Amino acid sequence: MSTSRPRPIGLIGATLALLRKDLLIEWRTRARLNAIIFFALATLLMFSFALGPDTRQLEKNAGGYFWLAILFASVLAMGESFRVESENACLDGIRLAPADARAIYLSKALGNALLLIALGIVLLPVMVALYGVKVATGFVDLGTVLLLGSLALSAPGTVYAAISSNARARDVLLPLLLFPLVIPALLSLAKATSLVLQGDPMNQLGSWLGLLLGFNLIYWGVGFVLFPRIIED
Amino acid sequence: MNKLIKWGLPVVGLGVLAAGWWLGLAWAPPDREMGDVQRIMYVHVPLQWMAMLAMFLNFVAAVTYLVRSTASWKLDSTAEAAAEVGLVLGALGMVTGAIWGRPTWGVYWSWDPRLTSEAIMLVTYTGYLVLRRFVEDPDKRATWSAVVAILGAINLPIVWFSVRWWRSLHQVQSSPKTVDPQMVLCLRVSAIGLLLLTIAMLIHRYRIAMAERQAEVALPEALPGHGPAASVRDTPKVA
Repeated sequence: MSTSRPRPIGLIGATLALLRKDLLIEWRTRARLNAIIFFALATLLMFSFALGPDTRQLEKNAGGYFWLAILFASVLAMGESFRVESENACLDGIRLAPADARAIYLSKALGNALLLIALGIVLLPVMVALYGVKVATGFVDLGTVLLLGSLALSAPGTVYAAISSNARARDVLLPLLLFPLVIPALLSLAKATSLVLQGDPMNQLGSWLGLLLGFNLIYWGVGFVLFPRIIED
Repeated sequence: MNKLIKWGLPVVGLGVLAAGWWLGLAWAPPDREMGDVQRIMYVHVPLQWMAMLAMFLNFVAAVTYLVRSTASWKLDSTAEAAAEVGLVLGALGMVTGAIWGRPTWGVYWSWDPRLTSEAIMLVTYTGYLVLRRFVEDPDKRATWSAVVAILGAINLPIVWFSVRWWRSLHQVQSSPKTVDPQMVLCLRVSAIGLLLLTIAMLIHRYRIAMAERQAEVALPEALPGHGPAASVRDTPKVA
Protein backbone atom coordinates (compact mmCIF):
# COMPACT_ATOMS: atom_id res chain seq x y z
CA MET A 1 0.00 0.00 0.00
CA SER A 2 2.44 2.65 1.15
CA THR A 3 5.40 1.85 -1.05
CA SER A 4 8.16 4.42 -1.42
CA ARG A 5 7.93 4.56 -5.21
CA PRO A 6 5.14 6.74 -6.60
CA ARG A 7 2.75 5.02 -8.98
CA PRO A 8 3.62 5.96 -12.57
CA ILE A 9 0.91 8.02 -14.16
CA GLY A 10 -0.20 7.62 -17.75
CA LEU A 11 -0.13 10.24 -20.49
CA ILE A 12 -3.83 11.02 -20.24
CA GLY A 13 -3.79 11.10 -16.45
CA ALA A 14 -0.83 13.46 -16.40
CA THR A 15 -2.42 15.66 -19.07
CA LEU A 16 -5.65 15.94 -17.13
CA ALA A 17 -3.84 16.67 -13.87
CA LEU A 18 -1.78 19.43 -15.49
CA LEU A 19 -4.80 20.83 -17.30
CA ARG A 20 -6.73 20.89 -14.03
CA LYS A 21 -3.86 22.76 -12.39
CA ASP A 22 -3.73 25.34 -15.21
CA LEU A 23 -7.48 25.84 -15.22
CA LEU A 24 -7.46 26.22 -11.44
CA ILE A 25 -4.77 28.90 -11.62
CA GLU A 26 -6.76 30.60 -14.36
CA TRP A 27 -10.00 30.39 -12.39
CA ARG A 28 -8.43 31.76 -9.19
CA THR A 29 -7.04 34.86 -10.91
CA ARG A 30 -9.02 35.06 -14.15
CA ALA A 31 -6.26 37.44 -15.21
CA ARG A 32 -5.60 35.95 -18.61
CA LEU A 33 -9.23 35.53 -19.64
CA ASN A 34 -10.15 39.06 -18.58
CA ALA A 35 -7.15 40.55 -20.35
CA ILE A 36 -7.75 38.78 -23.65
CA ILE A 37 -11.52 39.40 -23.62
CA PHE A 38 -11.06 43.15 -23.31
CA PHE A 39 -8.20 43.13 -25.76
CA ALA A 40 -10.26 41.26 -28.36
CA LEU A 41 -13.30 43.48 -27.76
CA ALA A 42 -11.16 46.56 -28.31
CA THR A 43 -9.79 45.00 -31.49
CA LEU A 44 -13.30 44.32 -32.84
CA LEU A 45 -14.22 47.90 -32.06
CA MET A 46 -11.06 49.19 -33.75
CA PHE A 47 -11.92 47.35 -36.95
CA SER A 48 -15.25 49.15 -37.12
CA PHE A 49 -13.50 52.50 -36.70
CA ALA A 50 -10.76 51.68 -39.17
CA LEU A 51 -13.32 50.73 -41.84
CA GLY A 52 -15.61 53.68 -41.37
CA PRO A 53 -19.30 53.58 -40.72
CA ASP A 54 -20.16 51.38 -43.71
CA THR A 55 -21.98 48.52 -41.99
CA ARG A 56 -22.31 46.47 -45.17
CA GLN A 57 -18.54 46.21 -45.45
CA LEU A 58 -18.26 45.20 -41.79
CA GLU A 59 -20.97 42.62 -42.26
CA LYS A 60 -19.29 41.18 -45.33
CA ASN A 61 -15.91 40.76 -43.64
CA ALA A 62 -17.13 39.97 -40.13
CA GLY A 63 -15.61 36.45 -40.18
CA GLY A 64 -12.15 37.75 -40.95
CA TYR A 65 -12.23 40.45 -38.28
CA PHE A 66 -13.57 38.02 -35.71
CA TRP A 67 -10.68 35.61 -36.25
CA LEU A 68 -8.08 38.37 -36.43
CA ALA A 69 -9.28 39.59 -33.03
CA ILE A 70 -8.99 36.06 -31.63
CA LEU A 71 -5.57 35.57 -33.26
CA PHE A 72 -4.18 38.77 -31.74
CA ALA A 73 -5.61 37.86 -28.35
CA SER A 74 -4.27 34.32 -28.64
CA VAL A 75 -0.72 35.62 -28.91
CA LEU A 76 -1.15 37.31 -25.53
CA ALA A 77 -2.83 34.30 -23.97
CA MET A 78 -0.33 31.73 -25.19
CA GLY A 79 2.70 33.83 -24.33
CA GLU A 80 1.32 34.14 -20.81
CA SER A 81 0.67 30.38 -20.50
CA PHE A 82 4.40 29.65 -20.23
CA ARG A 83 5.27 32.78 -18.31
CA VAL A 84 3.34 31.26 -15.38
CA GLU A 85 5.72 28.32 -15.43
CA SER A 86 8.91 30.35 -15.60
CA GLU A 87 8.20 31.86 -12.16
CA ASN A 88 9.94 29.89 -9.41
CA ALA A 89 11.23 27.45 -12.07
CA CYS A 90 7.85 25.71 -12.14
CA LEU A 91 8.55 24.09 -15.50
CA ASP A 92 11.61 22.34 -14.05
CA GLY A 93 9.44 21.07 -11.22
CA ILE A 94 6.88 19.63 -13.62
CA ARG A 95 9.60 18.00 -15.66
CA LEU A 96 11.06 16.38 -12.54
CA ALA A 97 7.68 14.86 -11.72
CA PRO A 98 7.29 11.36 -13.14
CA ALA A 99 5.19 12.52 -16.04
CA ASP A 100 5.57 12.45 -19.81
CA ALA A 101 6.89 15.71 -21.28
CA ARG A 102 4.26 15.37 -23.99
CA ALA A 103 1.58 15.66 -21.31
CA ILE A 104 2.84 19.20 -20.70
CA TYR A 105 2.26 20.00 -24.35
CA LEU A 106 -1.21 18.46 -24.45
CA SER A 107 -2.32 20.18 -21.26
CA LYS A 108 -0.97 23.58 -22.30
CA ALA A 109 -2.38 23.34 -25.82
CA LEU A 110 -5.76 22.14 -24.59
CA GLY A 111 -5.83 24.85 -21.93
CA ASN A 112 -5.05 27.51 -24.52
CA ALA A 113 -7.72 26.12 -26.86
CA LEU A 114 -10.31 26.17 -24.07
CA LEU A 115 -9.41 29.78 -23.32
CA LEU A 116 -9.84 30.73 -26.98
CA ILE A 117 -13.18 28.92 -27.16
CA ALA A 118 -14.37 30.86 -24.12
CA LEU A 119 -13.14 34.06 -25.75
CA GLY A 120 -14.99 33.21 -28.96
CA ILE A 121 -18.22 32.56 -27.08
CA VAL A 122 -17.95 35.99 -25.44
CA LEU A 123 -17.03 37.74 -28.69
CA LEU A 124 -19.78 36.24 -30.83
CA PRO A 125 -22.75 38.23 -29.51
CA VAL A 126 -20.61 41.39 -29.59
CA MET A 127 -19.75 40.74 -33.21
CA VAL A 128 -23.40 40.10 -34.05
CA ALA A 129 -24.34 43.42 -32.48
CA LEU A 130 -21.43 45.53 -33.75
CA TYR A 131 -21.27 44.26 -37.31
CA GLY A 132 -24.97 43.49 -37.79
CA VAL A 133 -24.51 39.85 -38.85
CA LYS A 134 -26.90 36.91 -38.61
CA VAL A 135 -26.03 33.26 -38.13
CA ALA A 136 -27.38 31.81 -41.37
CA THR A 137 -26.58 28.11 -41.30
CA GLY A 138 -26.99 27.35 -37.62
CA PHE A 139 -25.10 27.35 -34.35
CA VAL A 140 -23.79 23.81 -34.73
CA ASP A 141 -21.71 24.89 -37.74
CA LEU A 142 -20.55 27.99 -35.91
CA GLY A 143 -19.59 25.92 -32.87
CA THR A 144 -17.63 23.50 -35.08
CA VAL A 145 -15.73 26.38 -36.70
CA LEU A 146 -14.96 27.89 -33.29
CA LEU A 147 -13.77 24.54 -31.91
CA LEU A 148 -11.57 23.69 -34.90
CA GLY A 149 -10.25 27.25 -35.09
CA SER A 150 -9.27 27.45 -31.43
CA LEU A 151 -7.55 24.07 -31.65
CA ALA A 152 -5.78 25.11 -34.88
CA LEU A 153 -4.39 28.30 -33.33
CA SER A 154 -3.31 26.70 -30.07
CA ALA A 155 -1.47 23.65 -31.47
CA PRO A 156 1.39 25.50 -33.21
CA GLY A 157 0.99 28.50 -30.89
CA THR A 158 1.79 26.44 -27.81
CA VAL A 159 4.99 25.09 -29.40
CA TYR A 160 6.12 28.58 -30.33
CA ALA A 161 5.09 30.05 -26.98
CA ALA A 162 7.28 27.48 -25.22
CA ILE A 163 10.20 28.49 -27.43
CA SER A 164 9.76 32.23 -27.30
CA SER A 165 9.05 32.38 -23.54
CA ASN A 166 12.72 31.55 -22.97
CA ALA A 167 14.18 33.78 -25.67
CA ARG A 168 14.99 37.45 -25.64
CA ALA A 169 12.35 39.78 -27.15
CA ARG A 170 9.69 37.10 -26.65
CA ASP A 171 6.82 39.51 -27.27
CA VAL A 172 8.09 40.16 -30.78
CA LEU A 173 9.16 36.62 -31.47
CA LEU A 174 5.88 34.78 -30.87
CA PRO A 175 3.78 36.69 -33.44
CA LEU A 176 6.68 36.74 -35.89
CA LEU A 177 6.88 32.95 -35.77
CA LEU A 178 3.19 32.21 -35.41
CA PHE A 179 1.51 34.54 -37.91
CA PRO A 180 3.01 33.08 -41.09
CA LEU A 181 2.31 29.59 -39.79
CA VAL A 182 -1.39 30.03 -39.11
CA ILE A 183 -2.17 31.69 -42.45
CA PRO A 184 -3.81 28.53 -43.89
CA ALA A 185 -5.91 28.23 -40.72
CA LEU A 186 -6.83 31.92 -40.73
CA LEU A 187 -7.79 31.76 -44.38
CA SER A 188 -10.08 28.78 -43.96
CA LEU A 189 -11.51 30.16 -40.68
CA ALA A 190 -12.40 33.47 -42.28
CA LYS A 191 -13.99 31.69 -45.25
CA ALA A 192 -15.85 29.16 -43.11
CA THR A 193 -17.15 31.82 -40.73
CA SER A 194 -18.33 33.96 -43.63
CA LEU A 195 -20.18 30.97 -45.04
CA VAL A 196 -21.80 30.29 -41.68
CA LEU A 197 -22.84 33.93 -41.31
CA GLN A 198 -23.97 34.59 -44.88
CA GLY A 199 -25.32 31.23 -45.94
CA ASP A 200 -23.68 28.46 -47.88
CA PRO A 201 -25.55 27.99 -51.17
CA MET A 202 -22.66 26.21 -52.92
CA ASN A 203 -22.06 23.80 -50.02
CA GLN A 204 -18.41 24.84 -49.58
CA LEU A 205 -18.31 24.79 -45.79
CA GLY A 206 -17.36 21.12 -45.66
CA SER A 207 -14.14 21.54 -47.66
CA TRP A 208 -12.94 24.44 -45.48
CA LEU A 209 -13.72 22.47 -42.34
CA GLY A 210 -11.80 19.55 -43.87
CA LEU A 211 -8.78 21.78 -44.43
CA LEU A 212 -9.00 22.96 -40.81
CA LEU A 213 -9.23 19.37 -39.62
CA GLY A 214 -6.14 18.45 -41.65
CA PHE A 215 -4.25 21.47 -40.28
CA ASN A 216 -5.19 20.41 -36.76
CA LEU A 217 -4.11 16.80 -37.27
CA ILE A 218 -0.74 17.85 -38.69
CA TYR A 219 0.14 20.41 -36.05
CA TRP A 220 -1.18 18.51 -33.04
CA GLY A 221 0.84 15.53 -34.28
CA VAL A 222 4.05 17.48 -34.98
CA GLY A 223 3.75 19.45 -31.73
CA PHE A 224 3.18 16.26 -29.75
CA VAL A 225 6.28 14.63 -31.24
CA LEU A 226 8.64 17.64 -31.13
CA PHE A 227 7.64 19.30 -27.86
CA PRO A 228 9.78 17.09 -25.55
CA ARG A 229 12.88 18.29 -27.46
CA ILE A 230 11.97 21.92 -26.85
CA ILE A 231 11.80 21.76 -23.08
CA GLU A 232 14.66 19.33 -22.51
CA ASP A 233 17.83 20.69 -20.97
CA MET B 1 42.45 22.69 -52.11
CA ASN B 2 40.87 25.04 -49.61
CA LYS B 3 41.96 28.08 -51.54
CA LEU B 4 40.72 26.51 -54.74
CA ILE B 5 37.21 26.17 -53.29
CA LYS B 6 37.31 29.59 -51.64
CA TRP B 7 38.33 31.53 -54.74
CA GLY B 8 37.90 29.16 -57.66
CA LEU B 9 34.26 28.25 -57.06
CA PRO B 10 32.86 31.81 -56.96
CA VAL B 11 35.01 32.92 -59.89
CA VAL B 12 33.94 29.96 -62.05
CA GLY B 13 30.33 30.41 -60.89
CA LEU B 14 30.35 34.10 -61.81
CA GLY B 15 31.93 33.28 -65.17
CA VAL B 16 29.35 30.63 -66.04
CA LEU B 17 26.53 32.85 -64.81
CA ALA B 18 27.81 35.76 -66.91
CA ALA B 19 28.01 33.46 -69.95
CA GLY B 20 24.48 32.20 -69.34
CA TRP B 21 23.09 35.70 -68.97
CA TRP B 22 24.98 36.97 -72.00
CA LEU B 23 23.61 34.07 -74.06
CA GLY B 24 20.15 34.76 -72.69
CA LEU B 25 20.30 38.47 -73.49
CA ALA B 26 22.06 38.40 -76.85
CA TRP B 27 21.77 34.96 -78.41
CA ALA B 28 18.46 33.37 -77.38
CA PRO B 29 15.40 34.39 -79.40
CA PRO B 30 12.83 36.66 -77.75
CA ASP B 31 9.56 35.11 -76.61
CA ARG B 32 6.75 35.17 -79.17
CA GLU B 33 4.24 36.80 -76.87
CA MET B 34 6.23 38.46 -74.09
CA GLY B 35 9.13 39.67 -76.27
CA ASP B 36 12.32 40.74 -74.51
CA VAL B 37 10.57 40.85 -71.14
CA GLN B 38 10.78 37.08 -71.05
CA ARG B 39 14.60 37.28 -70.84
CA ILE B 40 14.37 37.92 -67.11
CA MET B 41 13.61 34.20 -66.91
CA TYR B 42 17.36 33.49 -67.05
CA VAL B 43 17.75 35.43 -63.82
CA HIS B 44 14.45 34.71 -62.10
CA VAL B 45 14.06 30.96 -62.58
CA PRO B 46 17.59 29.95 -61.46
CA LEU B 47 17.20 32.20 -58.38
CA GLN B 48 13.97 30.42 -57.44
CA TRP B 49 15.45 26.99 -58.05
CA MET B 50 18.47 27.72 -55.88
CA ALA B 51 16.30 29.24 -53.15
CA MET B 52 14.23 26.05 -53.08
CA LEU B 53 17.39 23.96 -53.00
CA ALA B 54 18.79 25.95 -50.07
CA MET B 55 15.51 25.74 -48.13
CA PHE B 56 15.38 22.01 -48.77
CA LEU B 57 18.94 21.71 -47.43
CA ASN B 58 17.83 23.65 -44.35
CA PHE B 59 14.92 21.25 -43.81
CA VAL B 60 17.11 18.16 -44.20
CA ALA B 61 19.71 19.57 -41.80
CA ALA B 62 17.01 20.45 -39.25
CA VAL B 63 15.40 16.99 -39.37
CA THR B 64 18.77 15.25 -39.17
CA TYR B 65 19.77 17.45 -36.24
CA LEU B 66 16.66 16.51 -34.27
CA VAL B 67 16.81 12.81 -35.14
CA ARG B 68 20.41 12.44 -33.96
CA SER B 69 20.83 12.12 -30.23
CA THR B 70 24.04 14.16 -29.93
CA ALA B 71 24.20 17.82 -30.84
CA SER B 72 25.98 18.31 -34.15
CA TRP B 73 27.29 21.81 -34.75
CA LYS B 74 27.97 20.93 -38.36
CA LEU B 75 24.28 20.27 -39.02
CA ASP B 76 23.24 23.37 -37.09
CA SER B 77 25.67 25.54 -39.04
CA THR B 78 24.53 23.98 -42.33
CA ALA B 79 20.93 24.81 -41.46
CA GLU B 80 21.83 28.39 -40.58
CA ALA B 81 23.88 28.90 -43.74
CA ALA B 82 21.19 27.36 -45.95
CA ALA B 83 18.39 29.46 -44.46
CA GLU B 84 20.32 32.70 -44.85
CA VAL B 85 21.49 32.03 -48.41
CA GLY B 86 18.04 30.74 -49.35
CA LEU B 87 16.38 33.83 -47.93
CA VAL B 88 18.61 36.13 -50.00
CA LEU B 89 18.05 34.12 -53.19
CA GLY B 90 14.31 33.85 -52.55
CA ALA B 91 13.99 37.59 -51.94
CA LEU B 92 15.88 38.35 -55.15
CA GLY B 93 13.72 35.82 -56.98
CA MET B 94 10.60 37.50 -55.70
CA VAL B 95 11.81 40.97 -56.77
CA THR B 96 12.72 39.76 -60.26
CA GLY B 97 9.37 38.00 -60.44
CA ALA B 98 7.55 41.22 -59.57
CA ILE B 99 9.55 43.11 -62.22
CA TRP B 100 8.46 40.49 -64.76
CA GLY B 101 4.89 40.44 -63.51
CA ARG B 102 4.25 44.15 -64.06
CA PRO B 103 4.56 44.17 -67.89
CA THR B 104 3.19 40.63 -68.27
CA TRP B 105 0.23 40.53 -65.89
CA GLY B 106 -0.14 44.28 -65.44
CA VAL B 107 0.49 44.00 -61.71
CA TYR B 108 3.59 43.57 -59.56
CA TRP B 109 1.85 41.22 -57.22
CA SER B 110 -1.01 38.77 -57.32
CA TRP B 111 -2.44 36.48 -54.66
CA ASP B 112 -1.79 33.27 -56.52
CA PRO B 113 -0.64 30.16 -54.64
CA ARG B 114 2.97 30.29 -55.67
CA LEU B 115 3.55 33.96 -54.94
CA THR B 116 1.69 33.74 -51.66
CA SER B 117 3.55 30.61 -50.57
CA GLU B 118 6.85 32.24 -51.40
CA ALA B 119 6.00 35.40 -49.47
CA ILE B 120 5.05 33.27 -46.49
CA MET B 121 8.24 31.26 -46.92
CA LEU B 122 10.32 34.43 -46.77
CA VAL B 123 8.52 35.63 -43.62
CA THR B 124 8.89 32.17 -42.05
CA TYR B 125 12.63 32.03 -42.57
CA THR B 126 13.04 35.64 -41.47
CA GLY B 127 11.40 34.56 -38.22
CA TYR B 128 13.73 31.56 -38.11
CA LEU B 129 16.81 33.77 -38.41
CA VAL B 130 15.46 36.27 -35.87
CA LEU B 131 14.90 33.42 -33.42
CA ARG B 132 18.50 32.34 -33.88
CA ARG B 133 19.70 35.83 -32.99
CA PHE B 134 17.53 35.98 -29.89
CA VAL B 135 18.67 32.75 -28.23
CA GLU B 136 22.12 32.82 -26.62
CA ASP B 137 22.50 29.19 -25.54
CA PRO B 138 23.89 27.40 -28.63
CA ASP B 139 22.29 24.04 -27.71
CA LYS B 140 18.83 25.50 -27.24
CA ARG B 141 19.21 27.70 -30.29
CA ALA B 142 20.02 24.69 -32.45
CA THR B 143 17.14 22.58 -31.15
CA TRP B 144 14.52 25.33 -31.18
CA SER B 145 15.44 26.64 -34.59
CA ALA B 146 15.35 23.08 -35.96
CA VAL B 147 11.80 22.73 -34.62
CA VAL B 148 10.83 26.08 -36.15
CA ALA B 149 12.42 25.10 -39.46
CA ILE B 150 10.44 21.85 -39.58
CA LEU B 151 7.12 23.46 -38.65
CA GLY B 152 7.72 26.25 -41.18
CA ALA B 153 8.61 23.83 -43.97
CA ILE B 154 5.57 21.64 -43.30
CA ASN B 155 3.45 24.75 -43.53
CA LEU B 156 4.45 25.68 -47.08
CA PRO B 157 2.56 22.89 -48.90
CA ILE B 158 -0.49 23.58 -46.72
CA VAL B 159 -0.31 27.26 -47.64
CA TRP B 160 0.06 26.39 -51.29
CA PHE B 161 -2.93 24.09 -51.15
CA SER B 162 -5.17 26.44 -49.21
CA VAL B 163 -4.38 29.47 -51.36
CA ARG B 164 -5.03 27.44 -54.49
CA TRP B 165 -8.53 26.93 -53.23
CA TRP B 166 -8.72 30.62 -52.58
CA ARG B 167 -7.71 31.86 -56.07
CA SER B 168 -5.13 31.32 -58.85
CA LEU B 169 -3.26 33.11 -61.71
CA HIS B 170 0.46 32.13 -62.01
CA GLN B 171 1.45 30.66 -65.34
CA VAL B 172 2.11 26.92 -65.39
CA GLN B 173 5.77 25.93 -65.66
CA SER B 174 6.91 25.34 -69.23
CA SER B 175 8.48 21.97 -69.90
CA PRO B 176 11.74 21.84 -71.94
CA LYS B 177 9.77 20.16 -74.77
CA THR B 178 7.65 23.23 -75.50
CA VAL B 179 10.49 25.76 -75.21
CA ASP B 180 13.01 26.77 -77.87
CA PRO B 181 16.24 24.71 -77.36
CA GLN B 182 18.30 27.93 -77.34
CA MET B 183 16.26 29.18 -74.40
CA VAL B 184 16.67 25.87 -72.58
CA LEU B 185 20.43 25.99 -73.03
CA CYS B 186 20.65 29.58 -71.71
CA LEU B 187 18.51 28.67 -68.72
CA ARG B 188 20.61 25.62 -67.93
CA VAL B 189 23.91 27.51 -68.21
CA SER B 190 22.57 30.29 -65.96
CA ALA B 191 21.30 27.73 -63.47
CA ILE B 192 24.64 25.91 -63.32
CA GLY B 193 26.46 29.22 -62.80
CA LEU B 194 24.12 30.20 -60.01
CA LEU B 195 24.37 26.72 -58.50
CA LEU B 196 28.17 27.04 -58.27
CA LEU B 197 27.79 30.50 -56.78
CA THR B 198 25.20 29.23 -54.29
CA ILE B 199 27.50 26.42 -53.20
CA ALA B 200 30.31 28.93 -52.74
CA MET B 201 28.07 31.16 -50.62
CA LEU B 202 26.86 28.19 -48.58
CA ILE B 203 30.41 27.03 -47.87
CA HIS B 204 31.50 30.53 -46.90
CA ARG B 205 28.49 31.09 -44.61
CA TYR B 206 28.92 27.61 -43.13
CA ARG B 207 32.51 28.40 -42.18
CA ILE B 208 31.45 31.62 -40.47
CA ALA B 209 28.73 29.74 -38.58
CA MET B 210 31.14 27.01 -37.50
CA ALA B 211 33.63 29.61 -36.28
CA GLU B 212 30.84 31.27 -34.29
CA ARG B 213 29.79 27.93 -32.75
CA GLN B 214 33.38 27.12 -31.79
CA ALA B 215 33.82 30.53 -30.20
CA GLU B 216 30.54 30.14 -28.28
CA VAL B 217 31.41 26.69 -26.98
CA ALA B 218 34.99 27.63 -26.11
CA LEU B 219 34.14 30.94 -24.42
CA PRO B 220 30.59 30.68 -23.04
CA GLU B 221 31.06 33.82 -20.94
CA ALA B 222 31.68 35.79 -24.11
CA LEU B 223 28.22 34.91 -25.42
CA PRO B 224 26.17 37.88 -26.57
CA GLY B 225 23.55 39.08 -24.11
CA HIS B 226 25.83 39.34 -21.06
CA GLY B 227 26.95 42.90 -21.55
CA PRO B 228 25.83 46.22 -23.04
CA ALA B 229 28.06 45.62 -26.06
CA ALA B 230 26.07 42.55 -27.03
CA SER B 231 22.87 44.32 -28.00
CA VAL B 232 24.81 46.79 -30.11
CA ARG B 233 26.54 43.94 -31.87
CA ASP B 234 23.36 41.97 -32.48
CA THR B 235 20.77 44.47 -33.62
CA PRO B 236 22.03 45.29 -37.12
CA LYS B 237 22.21 41.59 -37.97
CA VAL B 238 18.55 41.10 -37.20
CA ALA B 239 17.34 43.69 -39.65
